[in-house]
Amino acid sequence: MTFDVARVRKDFPIFEREVNGHPLVYLDSANTSQKPVQVLDVMRAHQERYNGNVSRSVHTLGTESTEAYEGARARIATFIGAASADEVVFTKNSTEGINLAAYSLGQLLRLGPGDEVVISEMEHHSNLVPWQLLCERTGATLRWFGITDDGRLDESSLNDLVSERTKIVSLVHMSNVLGTVNDLSRIAARTREVGALLMLDCSQSVPHLPIDVQSLGADLIAFTGHKMLGPTGIGVLWGRLDLLSQMPPFLAGGSMIETVTMAGTTFAAPPARFEAGTPPITEAIGLGAAVDYLTGLGMEAIHQHEQDITRYALDALQSVPGVRIFGPATVEGRGGTVSFGVDGVHPHDVGQILDALGVEVRVGHHCARPVCSRFSVPAMTRASFYLYTTTDEIDALARGLDQVKKVFG
Amino acid sequence: MMLDGLYQEIILDHYKNPHGRGLRDPFDGEAHHVNPTCGDEITVRVSEDLSEISYDGLGCSISQASASVLHELVQGQELGRASEIHHAFVELMQSRGQVEPDEEVLGDGIAFAGVAKFPARVKCALLPWMAFKDAAARAGVDVGVSPEVKA
Repeated sequence: MTFDVARVRKDFPIFEREVNGHPLVYLDSANTSQKPVQVLDVMRAHQERYNGNVSRSVHTLGTESTEAYEGARARIATFIGAASADEVVFTKNSTEGINLAAYSLGQLLRLGPGDEVVISEMEHHSNLVPWQLLCERTGATLRWFGITDDGRLDESSLNDLVSERTKIVSLVHMSNVLGTVNDLSRIAARTREVGALLMLDCSQSVPHLPIDVQSLGADLIAFTGHKMLGPTGIGVLWGRLDLLSQMPPFLAGGSMIETVTMAGTTFAAPPARFEAGTPPITEAIGLGAAVDYLTGLGMEAIHQHEQDITRYALDALQSVPGVRIFGPATVEGRGGTVSFGVDGVHPHDVGQILDALGVEVRVGHHCARPVCSRFSVPAMTRASFYLYTTTDEIDALARGLDQVKKVFG
Repeated sequence: MMLDGLYQEIILDHYKNPHGRGLRDPFDGEAHHVNPTCGDEITVRVSEDLSEISYDGLGCSISQASASVLHELVQGQELGRASEIHHAFVELMQSRGQVEPDEEVLGDGIAFAGVAKFPARVKCALLPWMAFKDAAARAGVDVGVSPEVKA
């Protein structure tokens, strides 16, 4: 069965609107995705009919709300192949998930001078700054993989970088700038060999690729709801249950306790241990609906559609004179996020002119300044695709770039 | 096209042929400002008597043209006049397009009136002016209280 993108688009009301007098061409899904009515309807229905607080009420609304919240957790667990729903911790977003992990692992491992944490130059700031801070707090040393000229992780010094001193390796699964999908098999094997923990920032991969946490080789992954058709304010930290069970809490308060006296507190088992306070209930249920929607279409089919679109886009961009693509030049080992430069024109100006034509792209350093520095540019223009992206939209981007060159030529 | 208001010929001219670009010695105060959301950067140097204002930077057409206009308008002005120009430019950029710029004060700066209608770009236009203000302060020169910058 071929992927029916026209039918998919009918589920997204936002595509009915215009931007600056042009049909909306939304090429910024790596930033945040659009939402289908199936997600919006579930969230509205919950607020209108079932609203009650979770995990603390005996009344009917509270029970229904809890069932919906925990049901979402279970479906998300299935979606990523988790061994149990208890391995799925709801967070605010990927950033909170990674901060939780950095804080809690730092304590669990009693990180200190002589220990090392390994990341890469390819990281979003959210998988970089928390580890920098952890190392500053504990005296551990931060080390990192570089990026090759064609936008891949440079594994040439793997055995030196990941050594007996390494306690945590935390890497991006798919780059939010270069689109690179990192093949982590060698790094995962080496990490296990030296007895360190592997965390993956899956913010860009879980929305776009079939993911099975059992085969990824990671101990923890983080991802965020709003990049996968869900709402903002909800994300997930997945962890192996035996690891989560040992990790100390990050945020403390209601819902995360077992028993509290004035003298001290014992903590609930995961995932509750890491979900202090009233969680974003409606958002979690919305993310559950998003996962249902993605599962209905099939992640393999979505991935295939994005590969087709990305191939088309790489061809289209490479045929525009003066355009330089950063990252892998073919679809092998990359996803549908393509960053590029236009000779002699600053990305802000590229983005502004494209916006005037209804084409929404991201410009700037994409919260990954070291990636821009690696390619010696202050900023990049980025087009990113999803299940609703069409070849017509890529054509609109290419036409827009002609206009950019006309204004600044 | 809506962009006519943003990319005025004057702005594109200053961008393509910037006035006074390049850092020069001697100077009494220097400031380096960065726009953290987009990575644009500018360094501005000033002499105590404002007879010399030099700059260098990386950035979009709006921020770089704005630096060129700043140089053209403010270099060599006496302090009172420099403060008046600085105030008028910042006020224009905060106006959301509701202020009619005075060409007598702002010269080519009036071309930035259109930029004020694009909130995401206001900070680009202001970057060199804020760096200038800081550089002047470090040279012991107070160009006065600016209208509050919210961008």
